[in-house]
Amino acid sequence: MKQTLTEKIISNHAGKKVKAGDIVFADVDRAFVQDGTGPLTVKVIKEMGKGLDRPERKYFFLDHASPSSKSELSDAHRVLRDFASSTGAVLSDVGKGICHQLVAEQYALPGELIVGADSHTCTAGGLGAFASGFGSTDIAFAMATGRLWLKVPQSIKVTLNGELPEGVSAKDIILTLIGRISASGATYKALEFGGEGVENLSVESRLTVCNMVIEAGAKNGVMPVDDKIADYLEKERGRKFDFERLRADEGASYESEIIIDLNELEPVAAAPHSVDNIKKLSHLEKEDIKVDQVFIGTCTGGRIEDLEAAARILEGKKINPSTRLAVCPASEQVFLKALDAGLIKIFTESGGFVVTPGCGPCVGIQGGVLGKGEVCLSTANRNFKGRMGCPESFIYLASPRAAAASSLAGKIVSP
Amino acid sequence: MKKELKGKVHKFGHNISTDLICPGKYFHLRSDIKKLAGHTLEDADPEFIKKVQPGDFVVAGENFGCGSSREHAPLIIKESGVGAVLAKSFARIFFRNAVNIGLPVMEVDTSRMDSGDELLIDAESGEVKNLSKDTSATATPLSGVMKDILEAGGLKEYVKKGFLGE
Ligand code: SF4
Repeated sequence: MKQTLTEKIISNHAGKKVKAGDIVFADVDRAFVQDGTGPLTVKVIKEMGKGLDRPERKYFFLDHASPSSKSELSDAHRVLRDFASSTGAVLSDVGKGICHQLVAEQYALPGELIVGADSHTCTAGGLGAFASGFGSTDIAFAMATGRLWLKVPQSIKVTLNGELPEGVSAKDIILTLIGRISASGATYKALEFGGEGVENLSVESRLTVCNMVIEAGAKNGVMPVDDKIADYLEKERGRKFDFERLRADEGASYESEIIIDLNELEPVAAAPHSVDNIKKLSHLEKEDIKVDQVFIGTCTGGRIEDLEAAARILEGKKINPSTRLAVCPASEQVFLKALDAGLIKIFTESGGFVVTPGCGPCVGIQGGVLGKGEVCLSTANRNFKGRMGCPESFIYLASPRAAAASSLAGKIVSP
Repeated sequence: MKKELKGKVHKFGHNISTDLICPGKYFHLRSDIKKLAGHTLEDADPEFIKKVQPGDFVVAGENFGCGSSREHAPLIIKESGVGAVLAKSFARIFFRNAVNIGLPVMEVDTSRMDSGDELLIDAESGEVKNLSKDTSATATPLSGVMKDILEAGGLKEYVKKGFLGE
């Protein structure tokens, strides 16, 4: 039986060969929660009357309210700190960074099965893992038993050809794809990426693409395993890792195939209030849309490659006086790299400000909450109404390059 | 779970996200489900929480519950007294979460259900009768594991009954 990459990874964790449609209990390599979903997971684990299975592979990330902006959130943090220390689970405290960035940077390995109580858990698919988001109760089950039931998804093959032109980013690939298939176009399915276009992408770019597959409803997104991943892991973690170069079998069965020619992509943005409302930036530019805030950060667009791309555009220039520029490195490690490379200086001198590593203003808790009628251009993954704190504000999603260029212009422009 | 459910429809559109159901700005209330439930669906319909009566139904179009994995979204819908959520389709994580916490969710053609209509649902057969319009529709049946979990009253109860997935 020829298998997709998703079928292969789940087979390796279910102890038998599986195919799309099968319902199986699979072994979970790593499970995690964040500060918004974690307290409920802890409560459920306690009510189930169970401890943790292999606690050293369970992670508690304090990233959404990083640092806490309200006493209730500080109390929630306390619950997670106490539980992690009493069970021996891994605690990632305030300021260390966003769960998905840390999972990719520090923990996940190709071929693993990873589940998290956060919808963007799919990010780690960029490393060739099966990674998917669940709710607090499912993760409680996974943490307590080391397993979780899954329906093996059908896969849609996404073949990327060619190479991105100058000024076009990984963000444009995934936004274009979502625009094509819609916000529910891959519901319950896997998006399996392949083709020479993937090989040409940096690992960070692959993470950005996989991060947003949930925005098309997908269960997971996955990329073939290659040497670039080995190099990335060695660089981030300071040691070598050995793993199989997993990829789909020739002749595996896919529900459909989508082909994207990277050479033909243009910079795009998702306009309010849905992620599949995709417009070319060259068109939006003509509409003269003033931006009150530009946000460069998140688990989608806050990696070092993103900050570098933005800084190159901002270097030696000043942002428009009517625009605020918030920059939030996705992790402490990204922050340190940005400091070393002088990027933080560039952001600050150009008129921007830097927010503690974490989710920042992405989910409307702290770090740059929007007001009534305000427009934000963000490198995040969601522009739902109310997402950044106010239901009467407007969020556009685009690449870090477009974000930097728009902060200079004070309006939405193409990089 | 009750076998027969009866209540009034509160109709919503497509792509009702978890941000609309459970706004991120109330993130700090997540450990207080009762308080949080006072904001159920607030950004989709600020009046909803005043109108909803115990046993009523939230009825929507495609892709209900898209967005984040926050289980608080189905939790507060349940807490606000809603008897079931009916939609043409659901986002994957929301659907699973709802089953896990014991909130009935039904994938069914909702195009002929409007706000104020009275529905009678047979949870076992999945038949949904619209008493106001004298029409009916049948929901897609749940998969084996999900049916067992919902019948147990949620995943926690399922585990308490000794089920560990071996
Ligand atoms: S950065 Fe935004 S999308 Fe990513 S985990 Fe944090 S809140 Fe979620």
